[in-house]
Amino acid sequence: MIDRIASGFHPFVIPFVFGMVFVIGWCILALVRILFQLTHQDRLAFFKSLVNPKTALRNIKDIFANCLLHVKLWKRNKLLGYMHSSIAFGWFMLIVLGHLEVFIYVPHRINLFYYPIFFNYFVSEADATIGGSLLFFLMDFFLLMVLSGIVLAMVKRFRSMLFGMRRTTRPAFLDRIGLWALWMIFPLRWIAETFTAHISGGSFLTAPMSHLLVRVLGDNIPVMPFWWAYSIALCVFICVLPFTRYRHIPAEMLLIPRRNAGLKIRNARKGLAKVEVFSCPNCGVCIDACPMSVKKANIKDCTVYLNRQIRRGNEKRIEQISDKCLLCGKCEAVCQVGVQGPTIRVAQRSIRKYGLSQDYSNIDIQPLVDAAKGSKVVYFAGCMTKLTPRISTAMESLFKKAGVEYVWMDRDGGLCCGRPMLTAGRLEQAGQMIAMNERIIKESGAGTLVLSCPICYKMFKEHYNLPGVKIVHHTEYLEELVRSGVLKLEKGDTFYVYHDPCELGRGSGIYEAPRKLVGQAAMIVDAGHTREERSCGGGSLGSLTLSFAQREAITKASLADLGVNHPDAIATACPLCLATFSRYSSRPVRDIAEIVDIQSNGSE
Amino acid sequence: MIDFGFKINPSSTLDLDKADLTLYNKLVRMEPEARMCMACGSCSATCMSAEYSGMSVRKVLLALQRGKDVSMMLSNCMLCGKCTMVCPRGINTRHLILSLCRIYDKEGLK
Repeated sequence: MIDRIASGFHPFVIPFVFGMVFVIGWCILALVRILFQLTHQDRLAFFKSLVNPKTALRNIKDIFANCLLHVKLWKRNKLLGYMHSSIAFGWFMLIVLGHLEVFIYVPHRINLFYYPIFFNYFVSEADATIGGSLLFFLMDFFLLMVLSGIVLAMVKRFRSMLFGMRRTTRPAFLDRIGLWALWMIFPLRWIAETFTAHISGGSFLTAPMSHLLVRVLGDNIPVMPFWWAYSIALCVFICVLPFTRYRHIPAEMLLIPRRNAGLKIRNARKGLAKVEVFSCPNCGVCIDACPMSVKKANIKDCTVYLNRQIRRGNEKRIEQISDKCLLCGKCEAVCQVGVQGPTIRVAQRSIRKYGLSQDYSNIDIQPLVDAAKGSKVVYFAGCMTKLTPRISTAMESLFKKAGVEYVWMDRDGGLCCGRPMLTAGRLEQAGQMIAMNERIIKESGAGTLVLSCPICYKMFKEHYNLPGVKIVHHTEYLEELVRSGVLKLEKGDTFYVYHDPCELGRGSGIYEAPRKLVGQAAMIVDAGHTREERSCGGGSLGSLTLSFAQREAITKASLADLGVNHPDAIATACPLCLATFSRYSSRPVRDIAEIVDIQSNGSE
Repeated sequence: MIDFGFKINPSSTLDLDKADLTLYNKLVRMEPEARMCMACGSCSATCMSAEYSGMSVRKVLLALQRGKDVSMMLSNCMLCGKCTMVCPRGINTRHLILSLCRIYDKEGLK
């Protein structure tokens, strides 16, 4: 092993060194800025979580699994998983092994941070020992891994369908420059290392080509242009990195510890929201997932484009995109980084100024408080159930069959749960309604609150403070009644397909109780997409601007997906889904409460 | 003023020449759908806050076309979206209400 160049320097490393200094400086500046944007408590909680050994370990594990190995992506799409992890993990290993080589063979150069990157240029006969040739073999192996990933990436750019992606993001101008620079780095590195392999040594990927070159060209191999090109490609890539989608690489490493610290988005543009927006890798998985993108409509309104517009500060588009979204949460469920698309949108809605703000202090809730008193079970049907009274009728009948004493809190009108206001970003108004409903329920002295509407359910679960009150959706409640034998179900012979409402499934994680009920009361078949993958029925209150005509296409696509296994009828657990599907469905649509009511007898 | 034990209701005469339609015109520019309302009253029938503030999208639109104040009606809207669900004309009443709240100018209308 000989350190070939006495000074340990050659001008071609300058572009790389310049780029590296720039990007590290930028990252430190961005980190400091974002830390200052957090509230004092959040900052404290963040630092505490960093020193807590449990979260620290989880951070390391998550960063390794998600940023390098892309475990979540592997689970979703093996080919995409391989493509991303081969580039990320392969590159990481090249850097680690490069440092190892320097550390073992030329330890006095370890302080030159460009040395591991251009190791092959600066040394000669490094593969003379067994250890050296093993390291060279590993280097070539990981280079091959990265190159295979790059080839896949190129194919994907032009034929994304081969990777199971019907649509992919349209890269912005700088993204294209970064993309081409990234594509060039590794082929150039391969060529450069091949051209110096007769001096430095090489392995299976570089040595054979090198032998051939020496035979043909003798000593006239043009080595320098390729080392220069390699260094320049690296420089271009890391210099545009902060301004392209590739900033997700440093941002995601910051996002994971923040999420593990349990921080929430408090500002529409600063702090955690900023990290989330910067962490978006623009992969475009959310485009295919978005229910609005059926028939190639609204593609530019997916989360990936929201993040891009927020980065650009295009206020008009930010408003359009964040208002149109159904807030179904599917993009968040499929996102590999876990960007909270719906939460970011609600945050954007919350910074609007209104000339007229609703105020409910004039509403006298005393009659509601009095009416709700004196029962162990309170039933809150919700606004949407008022439009589909067959659900509340079925629930009344079931309460009677089960012999449960209950009060119907909003039988003769009442207050909304506050979720529509909350999703419109008007947190203060939502807070007023929450306080009033809390008072009614607390003063009723009830131990159980049964809700028919998943929208209300999510709201009560997440935003209400009701100690000692068990909050259940009617599917959970009925399932418990059936399990304890209070209600007995007869299995019917109708084939139902169950539609997971967004707010009940993805929103609250209730998938089993409704399925069990339908399975016990009737036959059940699967939809094309189920559980987390289920598409919104198109009725969602989350969207502020989608028109009826635009919603129709979404509903019809969702219905078509429900019908793939030819069920006789559709079962759902949400009054809004029921109303929306009933409008266009050729099959009867029933709420689970109705099905249970038809198929049940009381214990007597 | 002397209290005679009775009072005279303010005149309910409509003078469309003098009515201030700034807010209505502004709203229609933002929400052209407002013109599609046929005053069927489905929204009034379903409204949750009607019993508290007399809210009704139909009435709000009518009042705006006559230059009257609608802030009282709007003040208890809970944005639950039932009016949107039942509208036979497919008007996005929720967004209409939000837009109206946004452009509402406290000084503009008496």
